[in-house]
Amino acid sequence: MRYSGLKVITEGLFGNKGWTPAWRDPAPKAEYDAIIIGGGGHGLATAFYLAKNHGLTNIAVLEKSHIGSGNIGRNTTIVRANYFLPGNSEFYSHSLKLWEQMESELNYNVMHSQRGLINLFHSDGQRDAFVRRGNAMINQGDDAILLDREGVREHLPYLDFEQTRFPIYGGLLHPRGGSARHDAVAWGYARGADQRGVDLIQNCEVTGIDIANGKVVGVQTTRGAIRAKKVGIIVAGRSSQVAAMAGMRLPIESHILQAFVTEGLKPVINHVVSFGMGHFYISQSDKGGLVFGGDLDFYASYASRGNLPMVEHVMEAGMTLMPMIGRAKVLRSWGGIMDMSPDGSPIIDKTHIDGLFVDCGWNYGGFKAVPASGWCMAHLMATGESHEVAKMFRLDRFATGHLLDEEGTGSQHNLH
Amino acid sequence: MRLKCPLCGDRDRREFYYYGAEDYLHRPAEGAPLADWDNYLHLRDNPAGVTKDLWYHEQGCAQWLVVTRNTVTHEISGVELVAERKA
Ligand SMILES: Cc1cc2nc3c(=O)[nH]c(=O)nc-3n(C[C@H](O)[C@H](O)[C@H](O)COP(=O)(O)OP(=O)(O)OC[C@H]3O[C@@H](n4cnc5c(N)ncnc54)[C@H](O)[C@@H]3O)c2cc1C
Ligand SMILES: [Zn+2]
Repeated sequence: MRYSGLKVITEGLFGNKGWTPAWRDPAPKAEYDAIIIGGGGHGLATAFYLAKNHGLTNIAVLEKSHIGSGNIGRNTTIVRANYFLPGNSEFYSHSLKLWEQMESELNYNVMHSQRGLINLFHSDGQRDAFVRRGNAMINQGDDAILLDREGVREHLPYLDFEQTRFPIYGGLLHPRGGSARHDAVAWGYARGADQRGVDLIQNCEVTGIDIANGKVVGVQTTRGAIRAKKVGIIVAGRSSQVAAMAGMRLPIESHILQAFVTEGLKPVINHVVSFGMGHFYISQSDKGGLVFGGDLDFYASYASRGNLPMVEHVMEAGMTLMPMIGRAKVLRSWGGIMDMSPDGSPIIDKTHIDGLFVDCGWNYGGFKAVPASGWCMAHLMATGESHEVAKMFRLDRFATGHLLDEEGTGSQHNLH
Repeated sequence: MRLKCPLCGDRDRREFYYYGAEDYLHRPAEGAPLADWDNYLHLRDNPAGVTKDLWYHEQGCAQWLVVTRNTVTHEISGVELVAERKA
């Protein structure tokens, strides 16, 4: 079924009886040409582009819970292309272009809103680093505008500019940055993949990966064995467990990242604002809730809830930056499990096992990457070759020393 | 979360710095093959369950600790001094 404004109006007139489920609920077949493990944003986008770009439609996405139950439905939805290092820069640039065509490509409203992202800086040294980053963004063909303090004040008059610890010197504005509705992205790719013949199999946990003579031959699941000569592991925070089923040890440590949302308010924050020095960032959702977060809890964890010290730290940072939010009531907080890599950059690569591919290491930045990761992982699984914009996301780069340490913080998993 | 430091007793999590898995205790010998260094620095078991990791009692006795804990429940089942382990 195609969605349109006219459809909404006619359905409204006739009691909304004509809507049909957005995707089928098929039973797993005995064999597929390819299997995607994990029905998060990246797995669904991979399935969609395998079908759309490469004509591979006899494929299944196996999801242990329901579509959208993982980080794709838990993140704070920032979409941006303000990376600096060659390798990251072209990838996220490609991703942002895919975002800009996503709604028409999927025939789905993902509420992508390019409201502008402002990264604040608080010293001369930081300004110089931001000038350099802005130039890298412009060289990549994306947009960046350096704002001085008065420039920031025009956009964000409500900040406390004179705070003693981190007085605001200015900001780097990325006008094409913004946010989107996270679950809609999962639903849109799920529906698009289903329409192209992909089987989305929910409540189907992969419990084993079958390998014979160095080649993958299929998987074991809670709904029986399923054969396939190509298998992609795309399970975010659970990457280490699933890779261990194939006898692999990944360069990943799982950490928890928390986020918070307030009661709905009238529009007050029109941009995405990032306060790196204080470990705080914020935007306002279309429902009116202030959505904000900070840093990792800093120690390896699989508990989908966080610890109180980070709650306190995030609230303090928020109050330092914009005291007005002290009036808002926090409604909810939650956590998601992040697949942290030692250099903070992702992996989209083959493994030493023939037909087994891995897409992981998204840290806390994998939402914006959903379309390009799907695009590049599909390219890799279909052709056996890395896509041009993802060719540095190698699994062996830690061993060979070709790190992509965007923040320059060193090879410790929790420092990115 | 609280950790029971063998020297300082039961203390708030904020007094400690987390470094990473106890793999960091097994530094390869000089001249070891590159794969050993990769294993030591980057590759991790990363279990969902019981794990051992290294914490530093930064705002206490300044000792390195090996903590045995559950990554799913955050339950702590043991805290040892690295100094005593090696001895
Ligand atoms: C609080 C928070 C804020 C964030 N903010 C941002 C942000 O502002 N911008 C940004 O770009 N990124 C952000 N992220 C990161 C982003 O959400 C993730 O990097 C991204 O969603 C991970 O990819 P995914 O969508 O495929 O993961 P998931 O949705 O977690 O998908 C993985 C799926 O695999 C399934 N699975 C696991 N094991 C198995 C198995 N054995 N068998 C079958 N299925 C299995 C899981 O159930 C899950 O559905 C944030 C994350 C969090 C938690
Ligand atoms: Zn102590």
